[in-house]
Amino acid sequence: MNDTLNIGGREFQSRFILGSGKFSLEMTRLVIENGGVEMATLALRRAGAGGKENILDYIPKGVTLLPNTSGARDAREAVRIARLARELGCGDFIKIEVIPDTKYLLPDNGETIKATEILAKEGFIVMPYMHPDLIAARRMADAGAAAIMPLGAPIGSNKGLLTRDFIKILVGEIDLPIIVDAGIGRPSQACEAMELGVAAVMANTAVATAGDAGLMASAFKLAIEAGRRAWLAGPGRVLAYAAEASSPLTGFLED
Amino acid sequence: MRCETPEREAIPSDILDKTRALARAYDPAACTAADVRNALGRDTLTFYDYGALLSPAAEPFLEETARRARAETRRQFGTSVSLFTPLYIANYCDNLCAYCGFQRDNPIARARLTPEEIEAELRAIAQTGLREILLLTGESRRHSDPGYIGAAVRLAKRYFSAVGLEIYPLNTDEYARLRQDGADFVSVYQETYDEELYEKVHVSGPKRAFSYRFHAQERAVLGGMRGVSFGALLGLGDFRRDAFAAGLHAFFFQQKYPRAEISFSVPRIRAYANNAALGPRDVGERQLLQVMLAYRLFMPFAAITISTRERPGFRDHAVGLAATRISAGVSVGVGGHGAEQKGEAQFEISDGRSVAHIHEMLLSRGLQPVYTDYIAL
Repeated sequence: MNDTLNIGGREFQSRFILGSGKFSLEMTRLVIENGGVEMATLALRRAGAGGKENILDYIPKGVTLLPNTSGARDAREAVRIARLARELGCGDFIKIEVIPDTKYLLPDNGETIKATEILAKEGFIVMPYMHPDLIAARRMADAGAAAIMPLGAPIGSNKGLLTRDFIKILVGEIDLPIIVDAGIGRPSQACEAMELGVAAVMANTAVATAGDAGLMASAFKLAIEAGRRAWLAGPGRVLAYAAEASSPLTGFLED
Repeated sequence: MRCETPEREAIPSDILDKTRALARAYDPAACTAADVRNALGRDTLTFYDYGALLSPAAEPFLEETARRARAETRRQFGTSVSLFTPLYIANYCDNLCAYCGFQRDNPIARARLTPEEIEAELRAIAQTGLREILLLTGESRRHSDPGYIGAAVRLAKRYFSAVGLEIYPLNTDEYARLRQDGADFVSVYQETYDEELYEKVHVSGPKRAFSYRFHAQERAVLGGMRGVSFGALLGLGDFRRDAFAAGLHAFFFQQKYPRAEISFSVPRIRAYANNAALGPRDVGERQLLQVMLAYRLFMPFAAITISTRERPGFRDHAVGLAATRISAGVSVGVGGHGAEQKGEAQFEISDGRSVAHIHEMLLSRGLQPVYTDYIAL
């Protein structure tokens, strides 16, 4: 079955994107391998010069780096971090995170739209993290985003698809890969998201806080694959109440 | 040395009134085991829950509280623990504070590093791998004026990605200038939130101005700083009430300034030169940990720093459980990293381990040392 994920002209077999900010560096490599991960985020604020270890040394060579703009509190800061990422040789992918709230870490859609527009024009493959709002997602798409990354629940909460209905709207309306970014806490929730038709799932805390992160990474891999296949297979409908007779209301018609 | 002291700026703020009202109503002795169980069962703590976790009734629940706090710390910060070191550049002080080794009447060796000496210290510290530094002075505008501190910040920015300041409180425009120089964070500790006691222990000097100090964090962020730190000096007054008030201070501050990064420090009173008998009174390690766990559960996203005032065994267990920042390679005298120490220390430390030691300790506990978490923008 040839079913690749295409983002900004790049093809990926894996639909499991790893957020790397909460792991020990040693663990990062194991999780990437066990999860079959082909794209991993990179917090540039931690990857810059200095320190004794660099996360880049722990991400296998074939994995596409998705530098993020974490730490940015407005569009201007996000743009500067993105340009810095490119200068440091981290490639053209950029995940925009504009977070002006230190308590819930919720994204600022308005500023994210502005940053998307600027960076897309500069040739970045822009993947904006956002609150799942259709109007904002349309603006991000119009501004040149390569994918849309709505949150499923507050970041790090492991609460799953609290924004399920809004993500379904994005899947139906936006002609770009929709990638559930934050809040996925269990493989079953990742599977559920994939069954809704999202293109990929990103997880970090759910794997990092597991008792056995390596094993949990492989569980996510399988769950995401299962959900994807279910979506491709076209799940049967779910009846709202009881079983239905074949034509309970129209069986009286004669022609 | 000539240094004009500007008029103390007053900013519109209701944070002190809100904190004061709740803190005055807080009675740790009135909290029950049922209150503690309720608090531990909740996703988000109310003020009342927070008070319960700080009360004597919560002490039998310390293990359970620690389990919840560890999970919360892991969820918010993963395995990351930030490393930094303090650099004291001057120890002159204009205040007479009953609990502090820097107080102006204490006959200790005083010093102020020259720019060349500061740079030598910075270079030596940077060679250990650290990329975050905290610059400290005694509270003397006369001997370590804002211009002097600004010059030190500019030097520090050449070697470090993040520069924090722990100095006397300033006006907004002064913080703004230091921000321009490259400072990122400001720590100001209220010492005690008990205003009567505050007046008593701050015998004389500019530090007596309680509300000017209380509003320092607000002026710092209005001046553009990225983050600020809160804390009470545990053991000075009623530590439960002080920790309660410090938490509320930070809570209301965060509501008003949601962009600012927040951290807590949990210093316990320590002995200092010429006052060996001073100690943290009723704040034992159990109580200290209780405060840290309560901060963690009340404000899960806030960083918590663990000081070298505490012994290695305590610090090693506190990181990952509640603390997310740890100092390493610490000297609390003036200078002492690159060259010999020039001035005496503010207090005695209990953990003199090097950066490499702390690094290894963190790795051995499954934690990830983080040297840089900021991009200078």
